[in-house]
Amino acid sequence: MIEVKNIHKSFGDAHVLKGISSVFDKGKTNLIIGQSGSGKTVFLKCLLGLFTPEEGSISYDGKIYDELSSKEQRNLRQEMGMVFQGSALFDSLTVEGNVMFPMEMFTKQSRSEMQDRVDFVLKRVNLIDAHHKYPSEISGGMQKRVAIARAIVMNPKYLFCDEPNSGLDPKTAILIDNLIKEITEEYDITTVINTHDMNSVMEIGEKIIFLKNGLKEWEGTKNEIFKTDNEAVTNFVYSSELFKKVRQMYIEERN
Amino acid sequence: MNYLASIGSYALMVIEVFRKPTKWRIMKALILKEIDELIYGSLGILVFISFFIGGVVAIQTALNITSELIPKYLVGFATRQSIILEFAPTFCSIIMAGKVGSYITSSIGTMRVTEQIDALEVMGVNALNYLVFPKIIAMLMYPFIIAISMYVGIFGGWIAGVFGGFSTSADFVEGVQLDFIPFHVTYAFIKTLVFAFILATIPSFHGFYMKGGALEVGKASTTSFVWTSVVIIILNYILTQLMLG
Repeated sequence: MIEVKNIHKSFGDAHVLKGISSVFDKGKTNLIIGQSGSGKTVFLKCLLGLFTPEEGSISYDGKIYDELSSKEQRNLRQEMGMVFQGSALFDSLTVEGNVMFPMEMFTKQSRSEMQDRVDFVLKRVNLIDAHHKYPSEISGGMQKRVAIARAIVMNPKYLFCDEPNSGLDPKTAILIDNLIKEITEEYDITTVINTHDMNSVMEIGEKIIFLKNGLKEWEGTKNEIFKTDNEAVTNFVYSSELFKKVRQMYIEERN
Repeated sequence: MNYLASIGSYALMVIEVFRKPTKWRIMKALILKEIDELIYGSLGILVFISFFIGGVVAIQTALNITSELIPKYLVGFATRQSIILEFAPTFCSIIMAGKVGSYITSSIGTMRVTEQIDALEVMGVNALNYLVFPKIIAMLMYPFIIAISMYVGIFGGWIAGVFGGFSTSADFVEGVQLDFIPFHVTYAFIKTLVFAFILATIPSFHGFYMKGGALEVGKASTTSFVWTSVVIIILNYILTQLMLG
């Protein structure tokens, strides 16, 4: 479980996060949504420890990040997995090398033990024949799978995903969403996903936080988001024609 | 003010490079890879340039000897002095700032743009140690290619001088051996080692702390070349004043 209390973050004169508080539960897919520039990425980078908030605190299963020693912070980082928007795979390493990288850096396992684990996680993300390919030789969807495999190879307690569906076709996007949800439940991970894809909200949004101008505007579940009267949320959710029609059907059905 | 802030950030970066070291097994592979990329990969261009510059120095010296009172061995002497004292350590380093410096800035800058450095930091890896330390160690081999550059430059001067009809082989060799001061070679290698550190760290600094996208990677490479060259030229002056002045 991750608990965020009143975090503020500024860059020069720009006050990006203006006091956000929330709780992200274990074994659930927690979604952060909002328009571009709402502070989603900065919020996620604060959760990852890449940015230090000026005010407020973030605790991971009761351990407040700022109160940990640098060694404890480093150990905590090793319990985190991250799937970046552009996958962020290391160009100079093969798929296998990318997935094995965290184990090579932080474990004393033998080569065969690491190889077994890599084979297992690559199979888990449905990538079987790509071990020796380089990131530039595989598709965007496959790169996302490799990024997920790299993120889970160390059995993380916390999984963070920044726009995991960006640049993917709708069918692959759903596959990636479902894969993240399955992994979250299977390994009982606290997963936080940054997205503005409403299909993801519909598919895997167990808990949703809506950010607007650096503030938490709304919080709820995927069932609640379609019933809310919050104008900012409805403007965001029903910005596409498809969802406008879905809402119309919902209202007609209710009446 | 910005320059002072940049100098401060550069100093902090250098300190951070030596903290939280990466596992030796991984670091060893990275160092060998960097030696291949930065040193072995630069050998061809440095040999090529040194050979022809050596030749040009010999020809220019010969053509400017108009007085009969000036001995013919001056061609070999001037070639040796120019190559060992300045061309090989300093001008080869300026060439390396373009070749190796741009490569370092663009490769690290691309890793920044594509969030690969963020990925390293999220994992708890000291990204500066992982990326920059192997380059610094690899650049310790830089004096070896400068030594080759010295030999090839003087050889180029001999070829151009003798086969171009500007000097006899005996005169040239006499000039090369005349008043040889071994400390000049030591001075050249001390400069080379200082420049090697600059060549590894200033381009890394510009790549690591760049912001923006692909266009900014190009701009950072250009800025890195300019600053690496400027620092090399200034340090060349200071070191020359300190060691030979």
